[in-house]
Amino acid sequence: MLFTILIGLITSCLLIPLGKYFRSPVSVALALLPVILFGYFVYHIPQVSSGETLYESTKWVPSLGINFDFRLDGLSLLFSLLITGIGSLIFVYASSYLKGHPYLDRFYGYLCLFMSAMLGVVLSDNILLLFIFWELTSISSFFLIGFNNDSAVSRKSALTALSMTGLGGFLLLAGMVLIGEMAGTYSIGELINASGVITEHPLYPLVLGLVLMGAFTKSAQFPFHFWLPGAMKAPTPVSAYLHSATMVKAGIFLMARFTPILGGTPLWSYTLLIVGGVTMLYAAVHSLFRTDLKGVLAYSTIAVLGVLTFLIGLGTEEAFIAAGTFIIAHALYKASLFLVTGVIDYQTGTRDITRLGGLRKVLFPVFVAGTLAALSSAGLPFSFGFIGKDLIYEATLTAGDPLRILLTVVAVIANICLVAAGFMAGIKPFAGALPTQFADVKMPSALVWIPPLILGLSGFALGCFPDLAGQYIVAPTVSALTVEPVEFTLKIWHGFNTVLLLSGITIIAGTVVYLFNKPAVSKIAFVERFNSYTPHYFFQKSWITFRRFSVWYTGFMHNGFLRSYLIKIIIFAEILLIYELVKGGPIYIDYGKLIPVSVHEGINVLILLGAIYLTVTTTSRLTAVVGTSIIGYAICLMFVFYSAPDLAITQFTIDTLTVVLFVFVLFNLPSFLVVAHGNRSIVIRDALVAGLFGILLSLTAIKVLQVPTVKDISEFYGKFAYSLAKGKNVVNIVLVDFRGFDTMFEIVVLSISAIGVYSLIKLRLKTSEKD
Amino acid sequence: MKSPILQSASRYLLPILLLFSVFLLLRGHYYPGGGFVGGLVAAIAFVLHSFAFGTAESMKMLKYKPSAIIPVGLIVAAIAMFLPVLFGLPVMTGLWIEEPIPVVGMIGSALLFDIGVYLVVIGVVLTILFTISLETH
Amino acid sequence: MELLLVFLIGALYASGVYLILRRSMVRLLLGIILLGNGTNILIFLLGTITKGKPPVMAANLEVFEDIYADPIPQALILTAIVISFGLTSFAIVLLKRVYALLGTDDLDTLNTPQEEDI
Repeated sequence: MLFTILIGLITSCLLIPLGKYFRSPVSVALALLPVILFGYFVYHIPQVSSGETLYESTKWVPSLGINFDFRLDGLSLLFSLLITGIGSLIFVYASSYLKGHPYLDRFYGYLCLFMSAMLGVVLSDNILLLFIFWELTSISSFFLIGFNNDSAVSRKSALTALSMTGLGGFLLLAGMVLIGEMAGTYSIGELINASGVITEHPLYPLVLGLVLMGAFTKSAQFPFHFWLPGAMKAPTPVSAYLHSATMVKAGIFLMARFTPILGGTPLWSYTLLIVGGVTMLYAAVHSLFRTDLKGVLAYSTIAVLGVLTFLIGLGTEEAFIAAGTFIIAHALYKASLFLVTGVIDYQTGTRDITRLGGLRKVLFPVFVAGTLAALSSAGLPFSFGFIGKDLIYEATLTAGDPLRILLTVVAVIANICLVAAGFMAGIKPFAGALPTQFADVKMPSALVWIPPLILGLSGFALGCFPDLAGQYIVAPTVSALTVEPVEFTLKIWHGFNTVLLLSGITIIAGTVVYLFNKPAVSKIAFVERFNSYTPHYFFQKSWITFRRFSVWYTGFMHNGFLRSYLIKIIIFAEILLIYELVKGGPIYIDYGKLIPVSVHEGINVLILLGAIYLTVTTTSRLTAVVGTSIIGYAICLMFVFYSAPDLAITQFTIDTLTVVLFVFVLFNLPSFLVVAHGNRSIVIRDALVAGLFGILLSLTAIKVLQVPTVKDISEFYGKFAYSLAKGKNVVNIVLVDFRGFDTMFEIVVLSISAIGVYSLIKLRLKTSEKD
Repeated sequence: MKSPILQSASRYLLPILLLFSVFLLLRGHYYPGGGFVGGLVAAIAFVLHSFAFGTAESMKMLKYKPSAIIPVGLIVAAIAMFLPVLFGLPVMTGLWIEEPIPVVGMIGSALLFDIGVYLVVIGVVLTILFTISLETH
Repeated sequence: MELLLVFLIGALYASGVYLILRRSMVRLLLGIILLGNGTNILIFLLGTITKGKPPVMAANLEVFEDIYADPIPQALILTAIVISFGLTSFAIVLLKRVYALLGTDDLDTLNTPQEEDI
């Protein structure tokens, strides 16, 4: 299974150097990739449907428990088939839809990357691995939404989508790590067995919240749904593939995957029911107010995602069957509707429902595809959508008693709106009279109308033989959710019962809504009046606030003044030191251990202090340099007093050379550089900060004196200086023998500084020559 | 700063200081001194000369550019470092000639290493100072 | 004596910090030198200072018979002094360079870099 993921990633990488050969219609050959993968997964259908789960493992980071562990069970298979199957059609479609686009190769690169990532999500048997692929889908989605990167709206939508899904991913990771800590494993198979440990853990609500936030943001559940309509800025094949058929269902997949691990509790059920219910009602109603075809489809997709969340929350076997079936049905008809929309947009140059009409006369095959999809979406008999809708009603009707009626009513209302939305997108542009401006619309290449037609027809094929999907794909999916074998048959005809009645009501009411709901700009204006209450508005507000804060913070921390940086660093260091000193216990001085002060030492220190004072206060550069050199010589004397002859000589020579250096450079600078000392308050502030730093360092030094010094290494050097290194000056032996490596590097560093000085002076920049 | 007193003084001081620096270098293993100190003293000797006669004159006297001494020193130190490898010993192992030599004492790879340090220090200090000095005058 | 050194360390650090917070580049450089000196003495102090016992063996001995000053801080400081010369010289040349380009040693003129100033 690893190869199914790698092959896409490798293709994606290969497209970087070889991309130029795929900007032409040859790019359709890339569709072979998803087709082969589709074949691979179809080949595994019999095995998986007989109840087997295939595993595969390749070591990656064993120490962290992250390996390439993959599993292929019913749930993975369902999604893998969707990803590769619809992917194949999208690859074909895009080669014609984006024909001649200068970045077509890049588009395919992103698409391959996305397909691999998505397969990784559904095949992972390790939740951390799943997370990695999960993020990769967000990133590839970001690139695809922002594919038209010269449009500001595109870029903004891409960022919104990335920040929403990225936020969710971040929380998801936290949730997953918590799960791993609780159960002691990251493997999905083992987590299912440890489900009890997690659901009874006191942190369970937190884990649930984090994981669901990940799923909700990805699957555009209310109140995080707003990124999805924005994501429709992506080229239409992307909308069809990512933002309808596959990626947004990753959240649904995640919830399904975690059903046997986190599910089965009232908290889980009620959260999903409420969020799913609100989402589907909100989005279904909203979809009726759109005039942009893609807007209609986006909102109806959100509504469907709500339905799926709702079904998983219901948690009964019927609900799972309904969810599994509905995922397939929806993927087929919604992708088809998107592709049809794409063709219309491409050929007529508009997606405005109020302007479109009568296109059946010029785009007949597209009309057929659209109608088939719309009918399946409406749930007419002999379409797969019909089976799906029936199963949804069956699931709500068999749910627990207190909620039964409410859930059914919610489902019916949402479905009515969905029927109307489906008709608006699939039939409306083709119905009625053909406006004259579209009279000369040309038929597009077969490559763009065959994929939606295939999707529409397969919807009806499965509608006629529902058990084909039911037995081979839905049943293993459901058993992956319930963790036990499931037996059922999907039938076209259930006899006359409540479900059929509800289906009838839905279709009729939906048609009525469609006929009487005339999408119009005025309605959008009506909806927009409530904009300041929508989650999107709050998101934008907080976004703006955050950006203002960032600007302020950057201006404060990163203002370009070296002093300002330094003072912040120093104050921070002071706070740390104070904390350590306060925490570290009392400070005392052991007077008995101190060496008495002799007169010449005292005088030397006084000279030092005087020189320091001179250096700091003087306004003359020459005096300051003299002060510094006095400090150096006085320190040199101190080394003499305290048994460090080598240091004394070195300090003396270096100090001399430094003075020479200053003399060479500074005396050639024209006249004295008077730099304002700044105003008084700044001087006082700096003096306080500096003084505090000095005091803290002194205290630290006293503190260190309290601790007895460890002399093991020094004694070792002393003991073996002669026997090992044949020398008697231990300092020199440390430098050239015991720690010779350090010295070697030191002389290398010195050489580098010499090269630096040399090149800085010899280097001739154009501007300085001009000067 | 071309005073005759300084010039004639430095004419004699230069060899004396250089001799002193070599002395510091060689005895570094037994008494205070060593490559760093020796190199710095030698550098000061040349700087004094350049003060008296001008940097260009000092450069002429040196024949080679001071920057050329740096790689020589690095190579010498590196040889001292890797010499033990030829004898199958780990890098930086001290190698010693059996018999002590008068004045200098024991001779070994550590001394060679110190000579490398000495050369690098002279090279670095003179490169820095002479480059700056030539630039400003 | 240690207390005097402790006080000295404090004074060196305080003056170093004060100087690096000035606008003048020369003062910044002097501040860095003072900070380096302060650090050297701090390291020296940590190795417990000893009077009149350099870590050099008498000519007739092969091991120390008496206590002697800690050689490790001395080796460290020796390295630090030499390296600080490299740092100082590089910084001085940098300063000179900036002065040649901008005609000032005011650090605040550097905070709006322009292409041609580099």
